[in-house]
Amino acid sequence: MSPSLILYIPMTLLVGGLVVTICGTINRRLAYPVFWVFLAGSTIAALLGLQQVLRFGTLRYELGGWAPPIGIEYVLDPLSAFMAALITCVAVLVMIYAKKSAGDELPGRDTSFYGMSALLLAGLLGIVVTGDLFNLYVFLEIASLAAYALLATGEKRAPLAAFRYVLLGTVSASFYLIGIGLLYSRTGTLNMADMAAQMGGITSFRSVQLAAVFLVTAMGIKMALFPLHLWLPDAYTYAPSTVTGLIAPLMTKVGAYAMIRLLLFVLGPAFIRDDLGATAWIAWVSAAGILAGSIMAIAQKDLKRMLAYSSVSQVAYIGLGIGLGNVFGFIGAVLHILNHALMKACLFLVAGIIRYKHGAISIPQFAGLGRRMPLTMAAFTIAALSMVGLPPAAGFFSKWYLVLGGIESRQWIFVAVILVSSLLNAVYFFNVLEKIYLTRKDDGQEDQAGWDEAPVSMLIPTLILAVGILAAGLANAVIVEGILRKALPPGI
Amino acid sequence: MSEAFLGYYAYAATVLLLLLGLFGMLMKRNLVKKLIAMNILQTAVILFYIIISTKWGSTIPILEHAAHGQEHAINPEHFANPLPHALMLTAIVVSVATTGVSLALLILIKRRFGTLEENEILERSSS
Repeated sequence: MSPSLILYIPMTLLVGGLVVTICGTINRRLAYPVFWVFLAGSTIAALLGLQQVLRFGTLRYELGGWAPPIGIEYVLDPLSAFMAALITCVAVLVMIYAKKSAGDELPGRDTSFYGMSALLLAGLLGIVVTGDLFNLYVFLEIASLAAYALLATGEKRAPLAAFRYVLLGTVSASFYLIGIGLLYSRTGTLNMADMAAQMGGITSFRSVQLAAVFLVTAMGIKMALFPLHLWLPDAYTYAPSTVTGLIAPLMTKVGAYAMIRLLLFVLGPAFIRDDLGATAWIAWVSAAGILAGSIMAIAQKDLKRMLAYSSVSQVAYIGLGIGLGNVFGFIGAVLHILNHALMKACLFLVAGIIRYKHGAISIPQFAGLGRRMPLTMAAFTIAALSMVGLPPAAGFFSKWYLVLGGIESRQWIFVAVILVSSLLNAVYFFNVLEKIYLTRKDDGQEDQAGWDEAPVSMLIPTLILAVGILAAGLANAVIVEGILRKALPPGI
Repeated sequence: MSEAFLGYYAYAATVLLLLLGLFGMLMKRNLVKKLIAMNILQTAVILFYIIISTKWGSTIPILEHAAHGQEHAINPEHFANPLPHALMLTAIVVSVATTGVSLALLILIKRRFGTLEENEILERSSS
């Protein structure tokens, strides 16, 4: 298999964004099938890429035949192959679901929805496979611009929330550029591998240390790491639920991936952890974020807003894993990227189903749903229990690795934070589960309403995600040993 | 003193623009002013890249301007580094796209709420 396979992972959808929009303008009914052609192409390329990388090791592709460090290089190593497969698989499931819900929430605008989704996914996949720092910036902006447009399609205050996200996203992108500019002026290269090779000799320079600060802040905004999460709750709450279902599982996770890539692979653990002590800061900030996000989530009445604050808390788990700076911390962080993508996709899809069937978004309105939509609510329950961290659901295992990491570096406070936050998660999820299963409707007539399940095309992806959560939990040893152990950054 | 000043004043200007942009985005209540502040921030980044590409006594990186007029005198020391300029062309394109998206959002906000003052929007959307 030639390494040009890597190119097809992001580029298929990048071309797709254009073709879908053109086809959709000619005939609106074309947009959805054409979108699927391109999404299927990218998904096949990503899955093939994962299989090739696991068999033969890292693949590299030189764009236009220019050898790095002069040319741009695309690299598919175990970590990026894992991320690419995750992004495309979640996107496939959400897009099956999108047919009905986007038709309902965005009537007459589905062409632009599919075009923008293609661009968003192309950007995210590009961030994951690129081996060039400036190329990462370009893909970051492609993904962000598509996300701004998608988030702004919602009701009420959605455009204002999207505008605030534009402002913070631009600060993030500018800080990222300043960071790599400082590194470039010291090393003369923008290639990640080349930069990593030169890092050993230049870590004592102030400008390199300043660059690390800028890069951490930039990626902290992108992954919504507390206290840089302020754009997230409003943006997720007011966006259409299809859009939230697509963006919430993927956007912040790719930010987390970029943080891992920059800190542990490019700058290197020796510099970040031992010289600079930056990981300790990230760990403390993340620990605060885990607790603050959970507490804010408890206070919410609106389900989507509650899930948004829970995202802030869950992303901070990933930050904590990065901050621990040891092998278990890294495994916990990357495993949590997978688990949280599955769980949040499942939860937001259920939120979308409830809105689609009953128009209800506020938790007190959920009474009696357990009897009327048993399958949807079963999926919700599995995802909620996974968020709390009950085995064999996937959420337990990433927390388990984080706890192991905390014990290994003798940071007992972080172990305590993980345990306490599991309790807090239980508080807000059991609050919802109690409403769904135990509370009866006041008027009493709902009991005769009987079976009132979601449409099949919305139900199936949700159930697949719920099964996926259990499968990822049961197969966690396979994932950790087969993929994540191979993806460890050198020198950790 | 003067050499230190000549070596660093451009960086000081960058930091000033950066802080000006951040200040505007945080403190201004009008959304258009926030957008302008965002553009100032992006300009600071562009200026920063142009500064790191320059060096004393160098000329623009086009072959005809080589220091001694020789057609093939390609000595990198005589030229400013062209790569940051090329990167900033991309960054300018991105900043144009961001500004376009933001302006579209502002039009949407203006139509929906009839104002671009942030506190008035929050008042109207909560009532």
